[in-house]
Amino acid sequence: MLNVIYALLVLGILGALFGLVLSVASKIFEVKKDPREEAILSHLAGANCGGCGFPGCGGCAAAILAGTAPVTACAPAGPENAAAIAKIMGQEAPTGERQVAFVRCNGGERAGHKFERYVGIEDCVAAMKVAGNGTLDCSFGCLGRGTCVKVCKFDAIHINAHGVAEVDREKCTCCMQCAAACPRHVIVSMPYAVDVVLPCANHEKGASAKAHCAVSCIGCKLCERNCPAGAITVNNNVARIDYDKCTSCGTCVAKCPRKLIVDIHADGKVAPVVADK
Amino acid sequence: METIFSLLAISLGAILSNNFIFSQFLGICPFLGVSKKVDTAVGMGIAVTFVMGLASAITWLVNTFILVKFDLMYMQTVAFILVIASLVQFIEMFLQKSMPTLYTALGVYLPLITTNCAVLGVALLNIQNNYNFIESVVYGITGGLGFLLAIVLFASIRERLVFADYPKCWDGFPIALVTAGLMALAFMGFSGLQVW
Repeated sequence: MLNVIYALLVLGILGALFGLVLSVASKIFEVKKDPREEAILSHLAGANCGGCGFPGCGGCAAAILAGTAPVTACAPAGPENAAAIAKIMGQEAPTGERQVAFVRCNGGERAGHKFERYVGIEDCVAAMKVAGNGTLDCSFGCLGRGTCVKVCKFDAIHINAHGVAEVDREKCTCCMQCAAACPRHVIVSMPYAVDVVLPCANHEKGASAKAHCAVSCIGCKLCERNCPAGAITVNNNVARIDYDKCTSCGTCVAKCPRKLIVDIHADGKVAPVVADK
Repeated sequence: METIFSLLAISLGAILSNNFIFSQFLGICPFLGVSKKVDTAVGMGIAVTFVMGLASAITWLVNTFILVKFDLMYMQTVAFILVIASLVQFIEMFLQKSMPTLYTALGVYLPLITTNCAVLGVALLNIQNNYNFIESVVYGITGGLGFLLAIVLFASIRERLVFADYPKCWDGFPIALVTAGLMALAFMGFSGLQVW
């Protein structure tokens, strides 16, 4: 009986002692936390994607609070949450349209592969290292080995039927992790509300661009010359659309001799259909 | 001189031939859970080493001056768990206040150590082996270093495994467990280690 009492006493006293030490320590070592940090954190996406450049969502919330990051730092959270964070921080709600990622390539099988069969690691970084600047004929385009698919936390990028990465514009939150992972650097951000896209990043001159891919931009400048808004410029043999100026008139879609510029809302697809190479 | 040799023998045993992970199978949970990246593995290893050293010191004191005095040896497990849990909590608060950079670097791994059975294991083994205070502390710290060695080696292998071409059904823990098993076999080689 005495044993039981001893056991109870010793453990009870030990527990009480440690409890006391801990409660004293929690007062001594108290770190004051700004309640706003918790509030900001609740408005972030919570995926810990790292797209903002800070270690996790907690790091991003701390940076927003410290003023080193803008209230829009978390792209995946969207404009409503950015507005909520701005309110917490006592700022005006930011204006700005939703952005999404876009793959500047539509080649894939239409660009052709150098080898009958690639037996290396299924990864674009590895495919890039194959002698002669990668496995693809085109040395600028998407290799289609899915490195971007693996890093996407939102299931918003997939390899399509042509063997090219394609962004699901509805799911994309523009965290740009795919752009960081892509060894070819063909993924860029663009406004969600666009109609006309130009999926090519080939800087080669017309003839070789044509030889390497059936859906390449040859830099003919027909779109640049015909654009009524002056929104298209050809630089380094590849056209780019300035979405600040683009009015979605569709002139370039009609003029492009390669049928490369497309209206994404016309048939719901980015991919133009090109029958023969 | 004799003490130094015996301490050296304890250290070598704890790091290599009696490695906590590969030959005693203690602390497997953080070993598998926090070994995807070398950086975090190093952080976890250092935190565990720190806590194991401190825990062996304090549990030895608690055992010698309280439990043995009152003839309550059968309470070791309960008392040690209490000590370790409070110790980790205390260290967490202390680090948050005085070394915030280290605190953020260790992150969630610090509270996780409470449930690391290698820490309780080292406290109980100290008593089982009849170690004195110095030996206990040395065994605790070198046991932690053995854990650090194991988890860093394992994490560097797992970083390479990401690019390896193995069947899909092996993805994740299956391939990690097979790797850990092979590493344990390799560490068995140290069991023949005879120094003096």
